[in-house]
Amino acid sequence: MDFSFTEEQSMLRDTVASYLADNYSFDQRRAALKAEPGWRPQVWKAFADELGILGAAFSEEQGGLGGGTTDNMVIMEELGKALVVEPYLPTVVIGGGFLKHGKPAGADELIGKIIAGEAIIAFAYAEPQGRYTWSDLKTTAKKDGAGYVLNGHKAVVIGAPYATHLIVTARTGGGQRETQGVSVFIVPKDAKGVTTRDYPTVDGFRASEVYFENVAVGAEAMIGPEGQALPLVEKVMDEAVAATCAEACGVLRQLHEGTVEYARQRKQFGQPISSFQVLQHRMVDMFIQLEQSISMTYMADIMLAGSDLERAKGASAAKVQIGKACKFVGQNAIQIHGGMGMTDEMAIGHYFKRATMIEAAFGSTDHHLARYEILSLGKVA
Amino acid sequence: MNLDFSPEDNAFREEARAFLAQSYPKELREKQARGETLGKEDYLSWHRILAKKGWAAPSWPKEWGGTDWTPTQKYIWSEEQARADTLGILPFGVAMLAPVIYTFGTEEQKAKFLPDIRDGKIWWCQGYSEPGAGSDLASLKTRAERVTGDDGKEYYIVNGQKTWTTLGQHADWGFFLVRTDPDSKPQAGISFLLIDMKTPGITVRPIITLEGGHEVNDVFLDNVKVPVENRVFHENQGWTCAKALLAHERSGIAGVARSKRGLERVREMASTELADAGGALLADPFFKRKVAELEIDLTALEFTELRTLAGESSGKGPGTESSILKIKGTEIQQRLQELALEAAGHYGAPFLGEGGHNSGVGPLHSIDTAGDYFNGRKTSIYGGSNEIQRNIIAKMVLGL
Repeated sequence: MDFSFTEEQSMLRDTVASYLADNYSFDQRRAALKAEPGWRPQVWKAFADELGILGAAFSEEQGGLGGGTTDNMVIMEELGKALVVEPYLPTVVIGGGFLKHGKPAGADELIGKIIAGEAIIAFAYAEPQGRYTWSDLKTTAKKDGAGYVLNGHKAVVIGAPYATHLIVTARTGGGQRETQGVSVFIVPKDAKGVTTRDYPTVDGFRASEVYFENVAVGAEAMIGPEGQALPLVEKVMDEAVAATCAEACGVLRQLHEGTVEYARQRKQFGQPISSFQVLQHRMVDMFIQLEQSISMTYMADIMLAGSDLERAKGASAAKVQIGKACKFVGQNAIQIHGGMGMTDEMAIGHYFKRATMIEAAFGSTDHHLARYEILSLGKVA
Repeated sequence: MNLDFSPEDNAFREEARAFLAQSYPKELREKQARGETLGKEDYLSWHRILAKKGWAAPSWPKEWGGTDWTPTQKYIWSEEQARADTLGILPFGVAMLAPVIYTFGTEEQKAKFLPDIRDGKIWWCQGYSEPGAGSDLASLKTRAERVTGDDGKEYYIVNGQKTWTTLGQHADWGFFLVRTDPDSKPQAGISFLLIDMKTPGITVRPIITLEGGHEVNDVFLDNVKVPVENRVFHENQGWTCAKALLAHERSGIAGVARSKRGLERVREMASTELADAGGALLADPFFKRKVAELEIDLTALEFTELRTLAGESSGKGPGTESSILKIKGTEIQQRLQELALEAAGHYGAPFLGEGGHNSGVGPLHSIDTAGDYFNGRKTSIYGGSNEIQRNIIAKMVLGL
């Protein structure tokens, strides 16, 4: 049994933390989000060249540093602490996950570009009608000669405005919600027939509605088996959930520490409000939620290496804990900050907004609770 | 970052499992199955078997009988005991008093008391709480005045009342917090005394708790004469011992392995009980959801405990995490009792008393579900109430 981080992982954490401390203050972030293009390519370039973290989770044969999901966890927690919007999750965790597990032709070349900071990926899986059922797809990919033609509408594709590639789920067969017939494609964003409507999200990211109109791709664009790719999607989703849980731990830590700090300084009735027991106990309950969330994030990371059932149960259990913690810690952080918590100028509200969006990311608390119930019966979706 | 057990750990698990299968007394298992009230000998018989194996006091220093197990082995041992539904060793001597004696006691006290505690020869009880001193333990009033006896030796004369003394009706000896200096600050005037319960002037009176059981007692002390050599650590510095003891009292309190077993039992129960709509209660959407949420919270507690264990194994002492484990552990135990009572439906109500399992009233699994629920409310109150635990975290961890 081992819950410690390797020396490399601890160094990785320090490297990311110190770069962000110097380059990702709340004010720097706010200025970048307000301007175009809404993110900082120079930060991404620094991730690739200066820090070299984009290869941390890839094998040495692929040009990476030989790490894995635990390295993603370490990085994501630090990114969460600084509310980083640059697309590590969609590019490295999700894009990298599909390329590693699905092993499409050209995967190594694209991984090389990811590590170099040249390829940025967005994951187009959600559809307006699909909610959190990943197989609920109206987007179609029809066989056309050796390749396929894609048609459909993908909803709220986070990071699409700055992506070079889209990973798209689409039906090559089966009915709208069937588990059979799901396929995955990688499509250059500048492919003919791809159009987007871009907008900001409430938590500072940029996202798009993405429309595919007779987009022709070759056979080499397919990732995983034709029509049988749902298990691959589930696996990558679970890795994304675990990474998001790690990001949430960083967000929750800041919400908690920021609240304790504020309560110490803020005086009412002639004393710091941190001296009031009712607020002390609230902050202790927030702390317990944070600690439980860290425990569950480690658990989820460990279970990623287990069987499909263990992996799925672990991810869903962790997401339930994180979802509840994001709501409780976030809401109480604002409450204890009082009126100041309602202002745009204080960082706390921005952490609250990210925490709230994490609640629903890759499936809500109720979604994962229901999934956990089914998995408890020993069935893998 | 992994959950792998070493080959040595797996071998240890096999050994523990085989030992429990072979050595746990059959009569005791049958009594437990019938739901009978267990007596002094029932507890001590199992304690003595463990002592003979050398496993009665795993956490002690090796020279006094500790096993030198790694935190992982202790974790395995608690899991295997829960899996085998064994009684636990009573905490009063082995887990609570002994660490005080081997940390603060004299060599004579160690030699006199530790072997008997380890071997289950003496039943200990705890004399801490008083009618006026619960969460505010340091306000205790039981008075100990120092006198020179007719034999020329030094004694304390103890007068006062202790309460909530668990299983004090069986006790041979008790460890007591008494006030030796009424004039100093509350914490500064307390001493830690070991008292033979057969000393004249001690009266033990049962307190019947709301579920009808007799577990706790009042203990009255009327001019009880205690030799000064039965004081542990310095006069007026007993609070130091008390605090150390409370930390030990909390550390085993998460009860993860027992709660996992309890969750299995709730599942078994709910798979035969029926839901309103027909079909198993376990398939009822509302009940099922409560079971799933509880299981997820139990997983979070388990991994928090494992992180604590891992922290210990890499050389960091048991920290204030024990307060988190106490709060979450007792909340989960109470939710399990709630679910079992809920699952029992109509048959939560019959109050059948001793031998209820032979009454033919309702299914066996429903018997005592209400009693367990009522009795279980104590867990968030004792060992420093869960509100006191929050005060501890606020002060020690958050620095408020």
